[in-house]
Amino acid sequence: MSFLTYLISGLSLGSIYAIIALGYTMVYGIAKMLNFAHGDFIMVGCYIIFSVSGALSGNSLVGIIVAIILCTLLGITTEFVAYRPLRGASSPLAVLITAIGVSYFLENVALLIFGADIKSFTSVIKWEGLSFADGQLRIQGVTIVTILVSLLVLLVLQTFIKRTKQGQAMLAVAEDKGAAALMGINVNQTIMLTFAIGSALAAIAGALLCSAYPSLSPYTGAMPGIKAFVAAVLGGIGSIPGAMIGGLLLGIVEILSKTYISSQLSDAIVFGILVIVLLVKPTGIMGKVIQEKV
Amino acid sequence: MKKYSEMLTTAVASVMALAMLAGCGETAATNSGSGADTNATAATEASAPADGAVFKIGAIGPLTGGAAAYGNAVCNAAELAVTEINANGGINGYQVEYSKEDDELNAEKSVNAYNTLKDWGMQMLVGSTTSACSIAVSEYTKADNMFQLTPSGSAEDCVKYDNVFRVCFSDPNQGIASAQYISDHNLATKVGIIYDSSDVYSNGIYQKFVEESEGKNYEIVSAEAFTQDNNTDFSVQLQKAKDAGADLVFLPIYYKDASLILTQANTMGYKPTFFGVDGLDGILTVDNFDASLAEGVMLLTPFAADAKDDLTVKFVTAYQDKYGEIPNQFAADAYDAVYIIKQAIEAKNLTPDMSTSDLCEAIKGAMTEIEAAGLTSSKMTWDASGEPNKEPKAVVIKDGAYVSAQ
Repeated sequence: MSFLTYLISGLSLGSIYAIIALGYTMVYGIAKMLNFAHGDFIMVGCYIIFSVSGALSGNSLVGIIVAIILCTLLGITTEFVAYRPLRGASSPLAVLITAIGVSYFLENVALLIFGADIKSFTSVIKWEGLSFADGQLRIQGVTIVTILVSLLVLLVLQTFIKRTKQGQAMLAVAEDKGAAALMGINVNQTIMLTFAIGSALAAIAGALLCSAYPSLSPYTGAMPGIKAFVAAVLGGIGSIPGAMIGGLLLGIVEILSKTYISSQLSDAIVFGILVIVLLVKPTGIMGKVIQEKV
Repeated sequence: MKKYSEMLTTAVASVMALAMLAGCGETAATNSGSGADTNATAATEASAPADGAVFKIGAIGPLTGGAAAYGNAVCNAAELAVTEINANGGINGYQVEYSKEDDELNAEKSVNAYNTLKDWGMQMLVGSTTSACSIAVSEYTKADNMFQLTPSGSAEDCVKYDNVFRVCFSDPNQGIASAQYISDHNLATKVGIIYDSSDVYSNGIYQKFVEESEGKNYEIVSAEAFTQDNNTDFSVQLQKAKDAGADLVFLPIYYKDASLILTQANTMGYKPTFFGVDGLDGILTVDNFDASLAEGVMLLTPFAADAKDDLTVKFVTAYQDKYGEIPNQFAADAYDAVYIIKQAIEAKNLTPDMSTSDLCEAIKGAMTEIEAAGLTSSKMTWDASGEPNKEPKAVVIKDGAYVSAQ
């Protein structure tokens, strides 16, 4: 019975990683860049929801919508200002370091505006969840909603990419930017759209993250963001179903290693798994091996 | 393939680096400063007796900047105590002169403040308010052999020299005090612990608590750690305490993490007594926090302003009249510090015309002999190490406010 309880805890944590990882992997899959600021977009989303719902006496739905809109704008702006000028740079490192810079920039701005003190976030999910075996086993409402939302996002993204013109353009850009441009695809616009979607996902992930773990500080997004990145790599970065599987798996591994091995070592184990997976299967669980044609 | 793996390697390297960096960014000061009363070197209270000899007591604390609330509390309360003592005939018949200096929470400025006070003629120091400043100043008081009593410097090193004593518990000794309190008041039979293994403060208290718990009337059934990089999900730590049947969970951590623990325990339907130390002080100030979650939480603190004993009521009223705010534990520590010095001087029948060094030697001896009663404890004694030995006090959160336990 206690094993099941821990498994459910792992599922809760994993579902949060999964929805964050979806945003990571989406941007990586198309733009081939790692947006390390993704975790901080989440934090920004949380603060927007917190402030807007606070101002509207607890109307969190409006808060979420405003957060999605503002995060989308933030994503587009960041891409335009910080990432686009570096896209042509000779090393992919330049844009990666810039992303880390953006991450610190956002954290420090939040520190300046909201201060270091934590804020207690009011859950946007009011539903208590399901309980089994006389209440001994409980799945929180937010866990179920997170998993459902992740699945929905997964389906919508897959459909969008496969069935729409814009989605096909994304695939083309992902495969070869130069060739896509020759085919008449506006590469800049396509990547901007990718960032817009990724950032909107960050706002949604933020709402769910802070509903599950209701403590909001300028560093709220940092560590979950990094763990979600690990999840995305584990699942095969660039693969949308991979992010989902990687996220859930990582959450379960983390909780079970905390439970049965050591509560202090769980992070070491999680990152250790990343190293092992990369050694054994460098493309991750669902990753495709891309044969580069010469 | 080559391009792909190259990028991934870079990415992995940077995520590791980022993970390490993220760990460092968490220790932010959370004190809100009220910049009231920034006038340093003020308040010379005494009118000297016939032969002109007076005792000169100085105080140091951050009177401006982020920790001003602490420094002002210490300096105001010391001033209040000196005023009262003078009105009641002084120490050993001699009036007391008092002066304070601002150190802006900076160790170097604290030393400057000390030198300024020394030039003024200080014989005994109440300060510094904060640990790092107190340690810096103790290098100089040691060299000058001046008696130093820090009201609130809680780091272990604050009292490493024999001329320095303190009023508050040291950080790790809060672990001992908590164990004693839990045992003396029969709060639990099974105790769970959740602590932050990445933090010196939390780790120190945890270790002392475990040592002191040996042979007490409760047993420790679970002790689970977390780190600052892994402080969002506490479900495992709580579940283990719950499965082990802990009826009290000891939280030697800061309120930031504790607020999440309380929320998650509530979600789980787990309702033990939560018992914390001074790091938990502040949990009610968390923005938007549902105070009902903290209902019944106990925390070890030397002073509760709502206590109904005569001494506390008198002190709180006088402090409020003079400074317009409710005194905190720093104020109580400093108020006690001045009275402790008075008691030590009177025990040895000392006079102000003695040299600072002779006074220090005599007071040092007296400190290990006296038994002081004050706001922070009704019975305080010291050994030569400078650590206080006193009955721990606790408060419990009731209807969103601190109330004295018992």
